[in-house]
Amino acid sequence: MNFLSLFVLIPLLMLLSLWLVKGTKGIRAVMVVGSSALLALSIYLTFAFLAERAAGNTAEMLYTASFTWFEPLHISYSVGVDGISVAMLLLSGVIVFTGTFVSWDMCKEYFLWFTLLSMGVFGFFISIDLFMMFMFYEIALIPMYLLIGVWGSGHKEYSAMKLTLMLMGASAFLMLGIFGIFYGAGGQTFNLLDIASHTGGATLIEFSQQCIWFPFVFVGFGVLGAMFPFHTWSPDGHASAPTAVSMLHAGVLMKLGGYGCFRVAIYLLPDAANELSWIFLILTGTGVVYGALSACVQTDLKYLNAYSSVSHCGMVLFAILMLTSTASTGAILQMLSHGLMTALFFAVIGMIYHRAHTRDIRELNGLMRIIPFLSVGFAIAGLANLGLPGLSGFVAEMTIFVGAFQNADLFHRVLTIAACTSIVVAAVYILRMVGKILYGTNVNPDHAKLHDAHWEERLAIIVLIACIAGIGLAPSWLSNMIDASVSPVMEQIQAVASTVSKSNPFL
Amino acid sequence: MDYSQFLNMSDELSLLAVVVILFMADLFCCGSENSTKPSKALSLIAVPLLLVQTVYMLVNMPADCVTAFGDMYLSAPMMTVVKAVLNIGTVIVFLMANVWMNREENQVKQGEFYLLTLFTLLGMYFMISSGHFLMFFIGLELASIPMTALVAFTKKNQESAEAAAKYILTALFSSGLLLYGISLLYGTCGTLYFNDMAAVMDASNWVQLAALVLFISGIGFKISLVPFHLWTADTYEGAPTTVTGYLSVISKGAAAFVMFVILTKVFEPMVENWNLLLFWIIIVSITVANIFAVRQNNIKRFMAFSAISQAGYLVLGAMGGTAQGMTAMVYYLFVYMVANLGVFAIINIVEQRSGKLNISDYDGFYATNPKLSFIMTLCLFSLAGIPPFAGFFSKFFIFMAGFKAGFPWLVFIALVNTVISLYYYLLIVKAMYIKKSDTPIARFSSDGYTQIGLALCAIGVVFAGILSQIYQYFDSFSFGLMP
Repeated sequence: MNFLSLFVLIPLLMLLSLWLVKGTKGIRAVMVVGSSALLALSIYLTFAFLAERAAGNTAEMLYTASFTWFEPLHISYSVGVDGISVAMLLLSGVIVFTGTFVSWDMCKEYFLWFTLLSMGVFGFFISIDLFMMFMFYEIALIPMYLLIGVWGSGHKEYSAMKLTLMLMGASAFLMLGIFGIFYGAGGQTFNLLDIASHTGGATLIEFSQQCIWFPFVFVGFGVLGAMFPFHTWSPDGHASAPTAVSMLHAGVLMKLGGYGCFRVAIYLLPDAANELSWIFLILTGTGVVYGALSACVQTDLKYLNAYSSVSHCGMVLFAILMLTSTASTGAILQMLSHGLMTALFFAVIGMIYHRAHTRDIRELNGLMRIIPFLSVGFAIAGLANLGLPGLSGFVAEMTIFVGAFQNADLFHRVLTIAACTSIVVAAVYILRMVGKILYGTNVNPDHAKLHDAHWEERLAIIVLIACIAGIGLAPSWLSNMIDASVSPVMEQIQAVASTVSKSNPFL
Repeated sequence: MDYSQFLNMSDELSLLAVVVILFMADLFCCGSENSTKPSKALSLIAVPLLLVQTVYMLVNMPADCVTAFGDMYLSAPMMTVVKAVLNIGTVIVFLMANVWMNREENQVKQGEFYLLTLFTLLGMYFMISSGHFLMFFIGLELASIPMTALVAFTKKNQESAEAAAKYILTALFSSGLLLYGISLLYGTCGTLYFNDMAAVMDASNWVQLAALVLFISGIGFKISLVPFHLWTADTYEGAPTTVTGYLSVISKGAAAFVMFVILTKVFEPMVENWNLLLFWIIIVSITVANIFAVRQNNIKRFMAFSAISQAGYLVLGAMGGTAQGMTAMVYYLFVYMVANLGVFAIINIVEQRSGKLNISDYDGFYATNPKLSFIMTLCLFSLAGIPPFAGFFSKFFIFMAGFKAGFPWLVFIALVNTVISLYYYLLIVKAMYIKKSDTPIARFSSDGYTQIGLALCAIGVVFAGILSQIYQYFDSFSFGLMP
């Protein structure tokens, strides 16, 4: 066991101790200790990883370890991280940590499922075995049902069922795609690196096979990444979920989709990615614009943010499909930045809802005077969302569009320009909303008595704002780390990029 | 005659010994109708005896294929393993049956229950280890006729009697089909020994193809595959809950395994043909059963349709007759068994304590009985194939085997169906956790036997997947047409 396994082991221990402890204090103690340990571990991992890279270790994945699990089926427990997974683990650590504080008053069962969800997320990012990855992916999905169904609000039963079924339906596609990759590569190994580099018994997957399985894998992960037109679970799900679950879901879980598309679909099936990316580019491009326009007409704060998430997460998939190094780096940065800012957004919205008992934009006015701390957090989340320079959103979107524009042909350029319009639309809906609910004049006497954030809420907000500003002000260490890890995938792509997609009618 | 060949049948003989001991115990220990204190001796000894016998079988497992009576009886190590799996299931059934057996009206009938159950099990043993169609048929009948008596166990209950009537009629009908198929085989092959038949089978001989169709139909009734499933829902609903549990896993599992063995042994030259048949039967079974399950309100009927669709997944392992498929099938059976019996144990204890059998009665169950609903959730998640529970692993492996055998689109349809099945399993979870009820099932404590049974199921559901040794153990014995 190397120390990466701690990312799974700590949540497991947390589950056990949650099961054993009694009383609110005990539960809180377990959650705070556990989530702090996870955060500390992810920070330690980041520094250790950077130090290792600085020392000249250029292996694609660091800290790899592999143990045979199901020997007859060539399934093994394999872990390893590169810059992308390190970034994602750091993100997950931050969100789980802040999510714990945001859900301060919840009961034991809630935290049990919450921790199981975290275990799935962390496990997913450390695995380099397809079976393991898929297993953790599904572990992360199912707690959602109960978290939304029991502790949610609004149409929670409907939303919970819709979300679970759509995501599980996607995982059905994914499982078939994984079988296709496994048997296409000779049926000898589930290890990602082996399949990509044709070692360990893996062979090159034939082009025709790749073209069959690429859509399955991409849709399988893409649904979780809110790919248009399979994004409809996301607004309902996010709107009904309890605050911390929205944070975790939009902040981390949706990133599983983008990460999976990049790590599995593009990395292992590069020929098909080159051939078929145009179909998904059109879909995700549509999603980016559609999400932003839909956000304009929402009256519920959570729906607004959920549609904005559809737009931003669509941007991640869009950037990945551009198949250039810069755009891919931008995609990972966008995952990170969107994860943090949407978590902040959902956290603040949840806190406002908890106090005002409404999320309707039309009923909220002039909150800046009443609850200044929350309002400032809200404003910062909004500004990060629309890509203000100095905050994380700007760095990510800038990189994406620069990278996307590197594709010189008309098809890619047109799509890039179309997607760019979403930034303008984002400014429209964010600024309108922020102006309305923060700076109007309050007319509701009940709202005049709202109290500002508690200490645990302040802690969560401050941590998130610090991360967002940190990435915005000093992005280079992060983008360098990610950039180095994107290059193996790009090498796979460049080997085939000379062939022009024959199926694309726009070329 | 060489009497030592009887020793090759040690599995069956040891089970018979258990039956005899229980019979004697029933004779001497159990109270008469006049006695005021019922004896609990039977339930106390039945479970340990069966466990001892399981261990005995596994320890004395022959290293290779053994035969008796000139290949009439034919047993491979894998068969002993399957018998042991069935034994574990029976142990859980006995544990959950205890609370029902201790009801006043059943106390005098305790002995019958254990003996009849073990006789059906003995029939399955013979069926699994048959090397000749006659032996297979005798085993099958020995398994189904006592089963009818079990289904009709609460004979004064009209539903139970109706269920038994339906069961015996369809069982006889399917036996008739099977016998007709066997007679066609005898007419064209001149022999009924499995070992000799493959050589004279011919995929272009339509009489033999008709025999194949009749065989699959006949055994399809036992496994309750669509379109031979019409008896299932009524029988499951009417039979006593413990018997339903037994019926839904043990007899189904045994029949599916035997089908695999006979298809690969006897019908080997017709592999293309039976692949095609099974392909459509699996698709129809899984899909139709899933669609019907969604609409059920009685939880036993619901579990009946769930069992039909699970049988479809189970048979998926038989596609192509690969060794990997056999492992996946036996593993699936094992995992399905613990999860399904866990659900039935809870249905049973709820029925015994409150008499409620509708899904809507489970509204608010979590508020009153959190532990039971938690275990129920684990078992349902396992049935739906959610990690980290064992059901995920068994589904993944059975799909993998199907994919390897060359049927990716069949796997895809089955995968899409897992989503539908997740929907209806979640309906129960939703009833327990989310819905509120004015008249929830009152808080109760279950008896010790049920608790042990549930603990076994929960352990199985949580650990049978993560611990890869179980799969690898099964895999070391599996055989088939291809690796």
